[in-house]
Amino acid sequence: MASKHTIATRHAQGIRARFASRFLRSLLRLRRSGNRFGGSQSNDEGIGKRIRTDRIKIAAYAAMARAVGPRRSWSRALLFKLRNRARIHGVSRKRCLVSEKKRVARNKVVAISREPSRADTLRKLVPGGDSMDTCVLLEETAHYIKCLATQVTVMQSIADRLLL
Amino acid sequence: MIRSLILLQSYSNFFPETRNRRSEKVSAAKALQETCNYIKSLHREVDDLSERLSELLETTDTTQAAIIRNLLMQ
Repeated sequence: MASKHTIATRHAQGIRARFASRFLRSLLRLRRSGNRFGGSQSNDEGIGKRIRTDRIKIAAYAAMARAVGPRRSWSRALLFKLRNRARIHGVSRKRCLVSEKKRVARNKVVAISREPSRADTLRKLVPGGDSMDTCVLLEETAHYIKCLATQVTVMQSIADRLLL
Repeated sequence: MIRSLILLQSYSNFFPETRNRRSEKVSAAKALQETCNYIKSLHREVDDLSERLSELLETTDTTQAAIIRNLLMQ
């Protein structure tokens, strides 16, 4: 029977490997679609760079959320947010503003019934933190930080390897 | 660090009558503040790394081979 420590380390290595493979696949996909839309667009290079950076950032967070899976509250909330964002991008701006307002109003009603706690900045930083009580929030924060650190390490090592 | 943060918070909830109540509250608040700062710094690092990766993806031609090599090595 493997000890708790070995199970935990195996679990940690699993997250790193799962995130790395998903993220690298997204990078390949992004690069392929980037080449299709034309190599050099010199007139709006600044905007193009911003869009590419955002796409990579979203790919990183999505890859991490998918690697963690639905077993964590923050990964579920993050996947939900990313799917809504992807859906809104396909719809006209006017319609998306209306749906955004409805969602914000619904969340506001829930917030008023709770009394304000000390961890409010933390709630804004952790995905899905608005609807958690403090104990769950701290637990989710710990796991979120661990996964974020893994994400940064993997992205760093990819960037270093791409330079070679 | 994370475990101590969680323990700290739970301790200050269990013993509200201790003499060191204020110092425990202060250190719990400080731990929360440090956690928020750490998460913000991690978000900033992700932003910077995304920018670096977008530049790297655009410039080199051999990037595809490098990415595939990465995939195999992970």
